[in-house]
This record gives sequence, structure tokens and C-alpha cells, in this order.
Amino acid sequence: MIRLFWRDITLAFRSGGGFGLGLGFFLILVTLVPFGVGPNAEMLSAIAPGILWVGALLACLLSLDRIFALDFEDGSLDLLATAPIPLEGVVAMKAFAHWITTGLPLVIAAPALGLLLHLDSAAYRWLIVTLLIGTPALSFIGAFGAALTVGLKRGGLLLSLLVLPLYIPTLIFGAEVVRRGAGGFLVGTPLAMQAGITLGAVALLPFAAAAAIRVALR
Amino acid sequence: MSLISVKDMTVSRGGMPVLEGLNFAVSPGEILVLRGPNGAGKTTLLRTLARLQPPYAGTVEAAPDAVAYAAHADGLKATLTVSENLAFWAGVYGGQDIAPALRDFNLETLRDRPAGNLSAGQKRRLGLARLMVTGRPVWVLDEPTVSLDVASVELFAKAVKVHVDGGGAAVIATHIHLGFEETVFDVSPYKARHDVIRNDFDESFL
Repeated sequence: MIRLFWRDITLAFRSGGGFGLGLGFFLILVTLVPFGVGPNAEMLSAIAPGILWVGALLACLLSLDRIFALDFEDGSLDLLATAPIPLEGVVAMKAFAHWITTGLPLVIAAPALGLLLHLDSAAYRWLIVTLLIGTPALSFIGAFGAALTVGLKRGGLLLSLLVLPLYIPTLIFGAEVVRRGAGGFLVGTPLAMQAGITLGAVALLPFAAAAAIRVALR
Repeated sequence: MSLISVKDMTVSRGGMPVLEGLNFAVSPGEILVLRGPNGAGKTTLLRTLARLQPPYAGTVEAAPDAVAYAAHADGLKATLTVSENLAFWAGVYGGQDIAPALRDFNLETLRDRPAGNLSAGQKRRLGLARLMVTGRPVWVLDEPTVSLDVASVELFAKAVKVHVDGGGAAVIATHIHLGFEETVFDVSPYKARHDVIRNDFDESFL
């Protein structure tokens, strides 16, 4: 299974692999916001947690359809399904690789972009923590959505429609923690809720996604 | 002792039965060649043998790790090199050496070439070389000789021969004669009758 993980990482870094796609999108989105809403520092600082989280979410969405669609098209998914690794493991490894190539760069880039949005200095810590805890959920929920739409041609839009509503709880709790952190309030409850969503997604969704892929391969 | 056996099996595609009443078994050393016109259901049968889909009725009996499947698509990554592609599959199947597979399919000179730059026939050879690193006894092959030239077909036939002589078996859907002792299984007589009304759960939407 670890080989599959490394293969996906390698593929992401080779030409056309899509590494940096989400990061670039995140960068552009967050840079555009100050141009759109004006340079008012107070306003930017108020909307910064929300913008950063929405940006991370959309950036993550951008590369989701690559998780299984490419393997489906070139026949690898058929072969992986008949290989001695369980399909649940395949899903988990691919979602994890997606997180490493998409989610983790966002976590690393977010503080620098927080600067552009006048993010309150007390909030940086919580921005990093929530992104670190929340983005794995985005990858695993996304992998489930990608598995549901794997057999469809041009399933990207449908995938967005399916996945975005499922992202809402992670978004709410993530932005809430950052907002509270900026105001100096307690963050324990929303942070625990977010961590719970991530753990639940990581534990359960590979099974659901594997079931969806089995149906798609029939 | 057969490696894979099929009893009263019906296979379906999109919820519609295509072949029914299938009964056969493949023993070590045996090559079963499936024949039948396009659309007869050979691919569906092979996918069922590979457990990619459940039989509509009846059973397939085989050890869970018996079958290595090769389809129309080779499952190659265009940006990985020949040896990287092969080493990945070898790793997935438990770390067989890729050198014999590269040698037998004449891929040694291409080993550092990205798979995306290979010709159709070279890709096919790489896809078939993958079978050798799986270490599985039953090769289930769907039109393996498509886009292969005469010399490559010979390489392939030799690899299959070596595999079955070593106690393996193969089920191959093909239209050409590969030049070895084979059991021919024509699927056309097993075509499912559609005049029978089946009052069962319609899973065609799945």
C-alpha cells in the first residue's frame, strides 16, 4: 500500500500531475480578495478567517476529480481492484496522497496569505492548527465524492455539487476556531468538533468509497 | 484439482444477462481460449472471473488470490518510466523481480523511457509483462494480442507457455491462433435468452 502512496506522490510531481494546482488557486483567490473588497484593514481582518477557509476548501476541490478518474481511464483502477491490496486501503492511500500534495501545501502557505488579509496575530496559530486538522477531512470526503462519480464522463461538476455540502461542517468549525482565536476566546469546542469530523471521515469514508468504486467497476 | 471452476454461471452486463449456463474448469497447465463474435460477452465473462463483478447467477470458485487480470487498457502511467511502472506492480504484488519480465518481453532497452512515449505495441508488451510480476497462477487475458506485431505475439505466446508449464493456467479471449495446445471454448451457444421474463431486482441502475 505504501507503494501506491509513493506512486501517487511521484505522479503528482511529474508533468501534468497537478501538484501546486490547488496551491496556485488558493494564492490567487486570497490575493484577489483585498482588490475586491478594498484595503480597509479592519474589514479584511474580520473576513480573513472565512476567506482563508473558503479558499482552502475550493483549492482542495479543484484536484479531487483526479484522485480516481485518471486511474479509471487508463485501466489502473481495474487492476488495483484485482490486486492483493484491499480497495479500502487503495482509497485511504490515495486520499492521503491527495492531502500531502494538496492539503499540506495549503497549510504551509496559509500564514503568509493571512498577512495579506491583516489576519489578527493571535489567530495564526489557530489558522495553522485548524487547517492541519481540517484539510484531511476535505481530502477523504472528496475521495468519497470522487469514488461516487468515477464512472461518469465529465463528472467534475457533479462531484462539486456532491462534495461541497459535505464540506460545510468542516468549514464552519474551522473558520469559527480562527475567529474565536483572533478574539481571544476559548476554541476547545469547535476544535473538538472539527477533529471529530476529520476522524470520522478518515475512519469511515474509505469503506463507503471502496463500495462506490466496486459498483462503478461492474 | 482445478485452479478456477465455474458452475451454472450467468454473467450480466448492465443488469442484462449476456451468457448463461456456463460450466467449465481450468486446471494447472491448461490454456482456455474463449472465442465468439464481438459483443458475445467474452469481456463480461473475464471480468466476472477476475471478480470485478459478481456473477448474475451461479458461482465462480477460485482461490481469492489466484487471478491476474489484463484488460484492453494496460493501466500504465504515462509519466512513469517502463521500469517504474513495472516495479510499482511488482511491489503491489509482493515484490517480485522485474528483470525476467523485462527480458522476456524485450523491454530492457526501453526501461528508462516514460511509458507515454512508447508505441501502442510496446505499451501492450509492458502491460503483459506486468502479469509476470504478479506471481498469480491464473492469467485472465482480454484480447492480449491487440496491436502486437508477429514477433511480439511470439514473445507473448512463449511467456504464456512458460507460465502454464510452471503449473499456471490462462484464460484468454482472442481471435487469433497463438500456436499452442489449447482448449477452445466458444461462448456463442451460451448466449442468454431474452424471451424469459425475469422478475427480479433490477440492478441495471447500479
